[in-house]
Amino acid sequence: MSETITFDQLQETVYKEQLSNGLTIFVLPKKGFHKTFATFTTNYGSIDNRFVPIGKQGEVKVPDGIAHFLEHKMFEDEEGDVFQTFGEQGASANAFTSFTKTAYLFSSTQETEKNLTTLLDFVQHPYFTEETVEKEKGIISQEIRMYEDNPDWQLFFNLLAGLYHNHPVKIDIAGTVDSIREITKDDLYECYETFYHPSNMILCVAGDAEPSHIINIVKENQARKTFKDPEEVERIFEKEPEHSVQEKTVVPMSVNTPKCMVGYKIAFPEKQGKALLRYELTVEILLEALFGAGSDVYESLYEEGLIDDSFSSEFMLERSFSFAAIGGDTAEPDKLVQRITETLDRAASEGISRENIERVRRKKIGNFLKQLNSPEFMANQYTDYAFHDLHLFDVIPLLEEITSDQVNELLPVLFQEKAKAVSQITKKQDE
Amino acid sequence: MIQEEEVVQGSGLDVHLIPTAKYKTTTLVLQIKAALTRETAAKRALLASVLQSATNDLRSRKQIRLYLDDLYGAAFHTDVQKKGENHIISMRMEIANEKYLKEAPSLFHKSISFLQHALEDPYLPDGKFAEKVVNEEKRTLKQRIQSIYDDKMRYANKRLLEVMCEAEPFSIHPYGEVGEVENISLRELTDEYRRMLEEDDICLYIVGDMEPEEAKEAASMFTLDPDRKLAAHSSAVNHNSITQPREKIETDDIQQGKLHLGYRTPVTFSDSRFPALQVMNGLFGGFPNSKLFINVREKESMAYYAASRYESQKGIILVMAGIEVEDYEKAVAIIKEQMEDIRKGRFADSDVEQTKGMVKNQLLETTDNPRGLIELYYQGRNADHPRTIKEWLQAVDDVTREDVISCAETLELDTIYFLRSKEDNK
Repeated sequence: MSETITFDQLQETVYKEQLSNGLTIFVLPKKGFHKTFATFTTNYGSIDNRFVPIGKQGEVKVPDGIAHFLEHKMFEDEEGDVFQTFGEQGASANAFTSFTKTAYLFSSTQETEKNLTTLLDFVQHPYFTEETVEKEKGIISQEIRMYEDNPDWQLFFNLLAGLYHNHPVKIDIAGTVDSIREITKDDLYECYETFYHPSNMILCVAGDAEPSHIINIVKENQARKTFKDPEEVERIFEKEPEHSVQEKTVVPMSVNTPKCMVGYKIAFPEKQGKALLRYELTVEILLEALFGAGSDVYESLYEEGLIDDSFSSEFMLERSFSFAAIGGDTAEPDKLVQRITETLDRAASEGISRENIERVRRKKIGNFLKQLNSPEFMANQYTDYAFHDLHLFDVIPLLEEITSDQVNELLPVLFQEKAKAVSQITKKQDE
Repeated sequence: MIQEEEVVQGSGLDVHLIPTAKYKTTTLVLQIKAALTRETAAKRALLASVLQSATNDLRSRKQIRLYLDDLYGAAFHTDVQKKGENHIISMRMEIANEKYLKEAPSLFHKSISFLQHALEDPYLPDGKFAEKVVNEEKRTLKQRIQSIYDDKMRYANKRLLEVMCEAEPFSIHPYGEVGEVENISLRELTDEYRRMLEEDDICLYIVGDMEPEEAKEAASMFTLDPDRKLAAHSSAVNHNSITQPREKIETDDIQQGKLHLGYRTPVTFSDSRFPALQVMNGLFGGFPNSKLFINVREKESMAYYAASRYESQKGIILVMAGIEVEDYEKAVAIIKEQMEDIRKGRFADSDVEQTKGMVKNQLLETTDNPRGLIELYYQGRNADHPRTIKEWLQAVDDVTREDVISCAETLELDTIYFLRSKEDNK
């Protein structure tokens, strides 16, 4: 099944192929680029901690941080370290685990075929021993310790813990030093077998890439391997109440400038496809119009000395959850909370002007074009959207379509006081 | 396939053109260079923020934002950095290429004209910067300086350089210090601005899909005096002499120890041995298959990150790793041993070839990003030693095993800095 989709206005073309084993391939050629950037991504992240393993009956709950642990361990096989192989082929490799995805990637300016083969082969070849699993615990513990010293990371996860009762998005992606201690090689194999089937994965290649060549390499590579028949994985999420857990969480750390973030839990909308993308973009426009650098509020908060250029707002919409978060560094965290809340209240009753929305629309169109300069952005974002059956390049026509009425209709329902939580990092006083 | 730059004389400033159709935006960067000094760093950092916040036409941050948002979200911001012993103010713009928009407004001319106003026609009521703007930007800059402490890796890096390069300009942070920012008067700031226009090396980079003639013409909007006398300037750097490596241990309320080491080398960007030192650094700690990564992280499971960075404009190699406090001595010993191994030639020929491949790959990848491309070329300008990308790649290719060893022999460990938890915390 192959498909070519051209987006005239953007002068971009996407080549799509779905193989018989279920793997979906996208190729996004970028003329004039030296770099070939490839991601091999599974639709499996830190939130998928309760599921029915493939070939088994009952559900399991796995230790916190296991998806990320698995990501680390994939880089090793009987021969040693895959970084070495990529290095020999002049490529740099990496990986990351998010709430809903685990992505393996490389970028290179030569030896595309070899590097692509290495990527496919190492991700499709799990190899774990008791010894190597134990060894990795030291490394990941240091990664977790690094995040423990990072006040922005702490601010963010304290906010999620304040918002969510049950949803596993509240759990730190890497887990804790204690939780990863429990992980065994058998746990890793179980997660691997369940979530790394080609039908649950997307390969995306952007940059210097010849579509038919890329697709042929992948086809031949996959044809040499055997896979079980695809099965739908059953993931279990407990019901999440509408209200937040805790109004306010304050944690003192060794910082000079306090940090503050206000969050609103927002139920995942019952939408899909273009309607879902339109919804996401509408909320983004709304937040930018209210809190972006061109807004009245931003200007007055800046003048009052309540914010600096670290102030920002974001809307996160991922498989099974969504929330909005607004904040940054501030000398007066409580006052900032009050001002953010007031702004949302006022906007809910007064609405946002058409003019303001027009300005933000243009800004977002320009920003989107900037992002298309980056093969990394394109591959990551294309994959992200594809898991939701969305097309990245629909963003521009949708941005052009969204009306101020659509924005203003959402305003009164999105930000509920009962679904709000505040997270603050304050300056630790010496005893 | 590699877009090389063309440098043309503009009115009072050099214009570096890099025409290419591969981006969907046009990038404009003004680079403004002066010597890095204690007296001027804070002033120039404040100046960069103030110039970003009000022009004579658009007298507040908000007016500027609204204007730029209307130009399809034209991005504009200023920042400061040090390169070797120079202090650089960068004024950056990135704008959508009209070609990809439904409507086709003229964004390029408006943007370059805006940039010209931001530099040459700021808001100066009564011949001085506006007090309100300056006070707001002072507050933000002070907060930004204080926040360096909140990011412990950045803070440890700053402390290492302060200890290691004490009495050298390189110890000065490009933002200056809080007290210095506080004390700047409107008059002093305005004087610094005038001096900047008269004496600083100013140049403009333009990257994007453009007609060179059109870009040259647009750049002629700038009205800097073509005969202005630039401040006497040297790209040479100072180095304290080392008798014995210094060790500095400080404590903070943190979980993980941040270990930073500084090595000195006389080999800088303008040196013919520079590409060999780049390769040596790659072998040492520049990549995930480097010696530091393999030995500190993979073999010993001691750290999540263990890497080195080459500050080629100054001639310093910085090593950083996050470790448990009790592993301090062991980690330092392993790091030193890796350097010793390179000096003694304890690595395979294939390691050199592989690292050369990685360095070239990194270089080419950097050219895919407009900002990265400008950065590559500006390094040559800053060091008074321009290199085309083609020459650079060739020079990396020519590096031999012996070059790597002799580069490693120039390295001297100067300072070991360790930021660790307080005693009672353990």
